[in-house]
Order: sequence, then structure tokens, then C-alpha cells
Amino acid sequence: MSLDLVALALLMGAVTYPSRALPILAPGIERLPPRALEYLRLVGPGVLAALAAVSVLVVREGGAAPTLHIGIEFAAVLAGIAVVRWRRNVFLGIAVAVILVALVRAIAPA
Amino acid sequence: MIVDALGMVVSASAFGLVYGLAARQGGLSIVEMLAMSVFVLAGAAQFAAIGLITQGVPWLAILLLTALLNARHLLYSAALAPWLAGRRRLQRAAMAHVLTDEAFGLALPLFQRIGRADVPGYWLAASLIVLPWMAMNVVGYVGGQGIPDPARLGLDVVFPAAMAGIAVGLVTGRRELTAAVVGAAVAVGVGVVLEPAVGIVAGGLLGPLAGLLVPARAAGDAGAAAAGSADQPSPHGDDPQVGLAG
Repeated sequence: MSLDLVALALLMGAVTYPSRALPILAPGIERLPPRALEYLRLVGPGVLAALAAVSVLVVREGGAAPTLHIGIEFAAVLAGIAVVRWRRNVFLGIAVAVILVALVRAIAPA
Repeated sequence: MIVDALGMVVSASAFGLVYGLAARQGGLSIVEMLAMSVFVLAGAAQFAAIGLITQGVPWLAILLLTALLNARHLLYSAALAPWLAGRRRLQRAAMAHVLTDEAFGLALPLFQRIGRADVPGYWLAASLIVLPWMAMNVVGYVGGQGIPDPARLGLDVVFPAAMAGIAVGLVTGRRELTAAVVGAAVAVGVGVVLEPAVGIVAGGLLGPLAGLLVPARAAGDAGAAAAGSADQPSPHGDDPQVGLAG
């Protein structure tokens, strides 16, 4: 059994860990000015929305340059957002999005 | 949180399975595959690494791409840091390792909802993602050949729908709404022009900045006027020591 890539995994972990740990371990972060704390409070909605948007709207086929893709996935996520807003239930929103995509792909496979 | 986590458990399981299959097809041994999941614990970077390994790309390039893909964790960590400031250093160091997209998405709303850090809740959130992910890695590696493509079942949309749904839950005023909308728009714009990973970081940085430009009074934001006000939860509660002791 090959173990050669365990070292690569360790190194990948080593370059990932600082981005996860540095702010959490930084001393005095609780003494930041209110404006900075307010900025950090807004990071949650900002970065999660960014992650969701890129996941459904930016595609890359093979090694090609990224392109804008507006398809059923985007519509499904919007529908899911509407459901979450309406019912206050994230799981229900996810279920609606998945069912919508699965149905459309079953009816009209790419 | 458990209900919110269900969708993410499904997502982590489905893509954990595909990762296991991809790792086998990419020529990794089961130990190498699991080492990636244990040490890196970041799906996108792990998938990318398999592709690069099979193409013979040098390790240095793989490490650079990994750092870029995972730079968004810096934002997650910064957002959680004020909540965890009173915790023991070793505890925070351990919590940092399991800080994934999903763990952040589950933990931050939990902290905001109860007005303090909930360490057991954080570990539960992380476990709900990490354990199914790794278990399904093994299932995918050992017997993934006969499993249907998750995309055919629409499971590829679980992750973005979950992230968007959780973002909606965090929107309690115009400031958060502005942060989310601008963050998404910047991320897509930059992601198309440069790199998707760069777009996520740019959106995550600039969205909150745009949110700050919305006047606090007009916004009617929860906790916007003053972090730590008496009637709104904040990372510090009413008293930094009390608020962080939960």
C-alpha cells in the first residue's frame, strides 16, 4: 500500500491550518473596536452568500477559464431561499431545491 | 441546528462518497485518501488535489492551490474569533482544525441565536459533517463503482442551497442583506474573471464592507448600532467575561 501522498496531505493540512486558526488564536480580538466587530458580524452572510453564488453561477469545464452559468441550479437555489424566508426552515429550502433540480434533469437531461 | 444540519449531512455524505471513488480512480491508497480527509478536511481542495496528482502536477503547485482554495477559512475564523475569545488556547486551536464551510454555517447562527459561544454545539456541528464525510469516503473507495451520480439526483445543489439558506437566516436587517447581496455579486464577478476561489474571498471581504456603509439607524439591524447592546446578542453579551463563559 502506497503511503507517499500522506506527506502531501500533511503539507496540504499545514498550508490550510493557518487560515483556520490565526484569527481564532489572535490575542485581543475581543478588544477590537465596535466597527471592526460589526464588520466581522457581517462576514457570515457575506461569505456564505458568496460561496452559494459561486457554487451555482460560476462553472469551469476541465482546464478552461471560468464562465457564468445561469441554469436550473440557480433557479432552484432562489426557490430554496424563498422557502427558507417563508417557512424559516433551511432543510425544507434544501429539499425544494433538490427536488426541482432532480425533476428538471429527469425531464430534460443535459 | 440538527434540522438545519440534515441537508448538510446528506451533502457531505454524497460528496464524501464521490471523493472516495475519485481517490480510488486517481490511484490513491485508502490510507492516503483518509490522510487527506484527516489533515486537510476541505472537500474542494481534496478533489482538486486528486486531479492535479493524476496529472503529475508538482507538489508545490498543489500546495499553492490548496492555500488559495482554503483562504476563505480566514474569514470564517475571523467571524468566530470574537465569540471564542475567552476560551482556552488549546481548545480554540483544536476547534480551528474542524472549521469547515458547513461547521461555520451551523455554528455562527447557533452562537447568534443564543447570544454566546456554544462549544459542545460547535463540536456537534463539526461531527455531523466530518464523521459522515469520512465514513462515506471509505464506502466510496471500497464499493463506489455501482453508485449513481449524485448530480442526477440533484444532490449537487444541496451545498449551495444550504449555504444560501443559512445566509438568509443570518439576514436580520438591511446591513446583512447588503453584505449578502454585494458579497454574492462580487464573488461571481471576480470568480468569472479570475478564479472562483478568489471570488469567494473577494465577496466575503467586500460584502461586509458594503454592509457597513448602510447607516445603522436606518438599517434597524440586530446588534448593528452597538455590538453588545443590552437587548441584542453579541459575541460579548452584556459583559465580556459572562458572555464568553457559556
